[in-house]
Amino acid sequence: MMRILHQIFRTGIVTEPLPKVVKDEITVVGAKLEEAVKKYFRGSLTIREVDAGSCNGCELEIHAINNPIYDCERFGVQFTASPRFADMLLVTGPVSRNMEVALKRTYNATPAPKLVVAVGDCGCNGGIFGESYASLGGVDRVIPVDVFISGCPPNPAAILNGILRAIEKNG
Amino acid sequence: MLKEAIDNVLGTSATYNKRQFPASVVSCTVPRNRFADAAKIMKKAYALLAAEWAVDETPFGGGFAVYACYRFANEYLIVRTEIPIDDPTFPSLTKKFVPAYRFERQIHSLMGLVPEGHPDLRPWIKFEDWPEDSWPLRKSFASSKPLPHVNGKYKWIKAEGEGVYEIPVGPVHAGIIEPGHFRFQAVGEMIINLEERLGYVHKGIEKRFESLSWQEGAKLAGRVSGDTTVAHSIAYSLAVESVTQAVITERAHWLRALFLERERIANHLGDIGAICNDVAFAFMLYQTTRLKEMLVRTNLKLFGHRFIMDRVLPGGVTVDIDEKGKEEIKAELDILSAEFEKLATIYDESASLEDRVRDAGELSPEKARSLCAVGIVARASGLNLDCRLQNPFPPYDRFEIKVPVLISGDVHARAWVRVEEIRESIRIIRFILENIPEGEISIAIGRPASDTSGFAAVEGWRGEIIYWVQAGIKGEINRCMVRDPSSLNWLGLEQAIPGNIVPDFPLCNKSFNQSYSGHDL
Repeated sequence: MMRILHQIFRTGIVTEPLPKVVKDEITVVGAKLEEAVKKYFRGSLTIREVDAGSCNGCELEIHAINNPIYDCERFGVQFTASPRFADMLLVTGPVSRNMEVALKRTYNATPAPKLVVAVGDCGCNGGIFGESYASLGGVDRVIPVDVFISGCPPNPAAILNGILRAIEKNG
Repeated sequence: MLKEAIDNVLGTSATYNKRQFPASVVSCTVPRNRFADAAKIMKKAYALLAAEWAVDETPFGGGFAVYACYRFANEYLIVRTEIPIDDPTFPSLTKKFVPAYRFERQIHSLMGLVPEGHPDLRPWIKFEDWPEDSWPLRKSFASSKPLPHVNGKYKWIKAEGEGVYEIPVGPVHAGIIEPGHFRFQAVGEMIINLEERLGYVHKGIEKRFESLSWQEGAKLAGRVSGDTTVAHSIAYSLAVESVTQAVITERAHWLRALFLERERIANHLGDIGAICNDVAFAFMLYQTTRLKEMLVRTNLKLFGHRFIMDRVLPGGVTVDIDEKGKEEIKAELDILSAEFEKLATIYDESASLEDRVRDAGELSPEKARSLCAVGIVARASGLNLDCRLQNPFPPYDRFEIKVPVLISGDVHARAWVRVEEIRESIRIIRFILENIPEGEISIAIGRPASDTSGFAAVEGWRGEIIYWVQAGIKGEINRCMVRDPSSLNWLGLEQAIPGNIVPDFPLCNKSFNQSYSGHDL
């Protein structure tokens, strides 16, 4: 137990200060995001992540925005297990044919008003997988999309920025 | 040894294929009625089944062919059998090798060849709403057209009796993870059976390869499973280099190994944290993801991508490292090593953590062997399997590595194998930085000759990844078979779960952490 406490105190809060490169983009995006979440969602934006066929690269970066360096919860952004509680769907991947029904059902299970953000090049247009018998292409082929975040995978700052754009667009 | 075993029993009825590269991988063709005999011989020789796949060889004027790849110690042997178009059947290998169960369901679903004697021909990856006669891997299939929807029903395994109930989970899971469906039959809290249903993220990757150039293929291989992008790119590139008989520079090999070990550390860190988080020990998740973030940032700074995606191509690599970069990595490793050792001690000393991870999700060595498990799952269940050791691809043939093997096969074993591997990877990276040879980092790659095939096996962080590529008549990609370790290890999860309580499933699943995308393709 002492070791755990020692490690916690010695590590301190790694969230701040941020390294120079990331600091600029994260603090700027983060501050705006926090403000927007406060204004439109009373300080709490809840996201349901849906992998609709991704290679899991985008999931790595969505995980990263939850790590202590980016710590998206400090801006009021949190991930939920159920679409029933979600304000926003964060959808990755080209939509595979085998996920089409599940994605539609998840969308329908999310209470309106809802926001949909497509993450990654594949979520935008199918990416390297294109459109085929197994891949339907971008997320907007199956459900309405508010904002697209390009990148393969988009870095954590770009994802936070995309979430911000979706809020502002519909604010 | 495998070749002698085949020769002893099959004699002249096995003919050897000279168009398979590298020459160290023996490939023979046997008559269809001896295909199962070959499996029997391999079983007797203690070989394990590494992969089984089908190829449409009509462009060469033939019919179909089924291939089975066996592995024993430092040998790979491929057994091929030809199948006429008007009688698309072949003898099933399920009686000899359990994993043939999934491979053959897949061959049946996607290539339309019937494995005779297979106990369960429900479609796999192909869903019930696909037309039954759509076989995407056949050359006659129009792959760019959308498939029509039909009505169909999947027959789930049922359990009956007093107090038995079912819990369906997925495809959309509670966390930020990939989609798949799990169906539990339970009595009280005890799981009596788990049935997996995968295929949700099937993107038609193997078919897609056939429409790409060899260079474009590397981009796709890097996206078979995003968390394993480096290992998949290396395996694809090695397979392409073997079929084109290209000899790339030493420096390129060493740089690839550097990327590969960095990928291993980053993923193992994430997994150790996530396993602890699943037993409410969130402290560890925050600590390890902090270290993981440090690694991926160094990757971005030195190699231009957080996960080193698209930096390995057939012919070599696209980024080099200079003295300053080496120093930076060394300094980073010093911090990582010191911090990580503190965390490993904390893991080791936490009784409440130990209480949850010991004896949970046990996969016995016997089961792991009969399922032909690979990678971390195999090494946690007593199987000393690692391509870096047994089938060393360069530069692993130039230095020694240590591979941890535990025998308890539980969640703890799978976590601790990762701990030991991080330590070893740190050592390997330091060795690489000290000893990396000078030279060019890439060479130009030619076009392969018609009807030749290449093979490569690479130890990614999950385990052995196999690529088998075949050049068509004009030297284009006729077939690219991808075998992610997940294709074998998902069966291990299914076998490790019964007897555990329902709330332990996420923990057990996390300790396996197999790729859905790498399996579904």
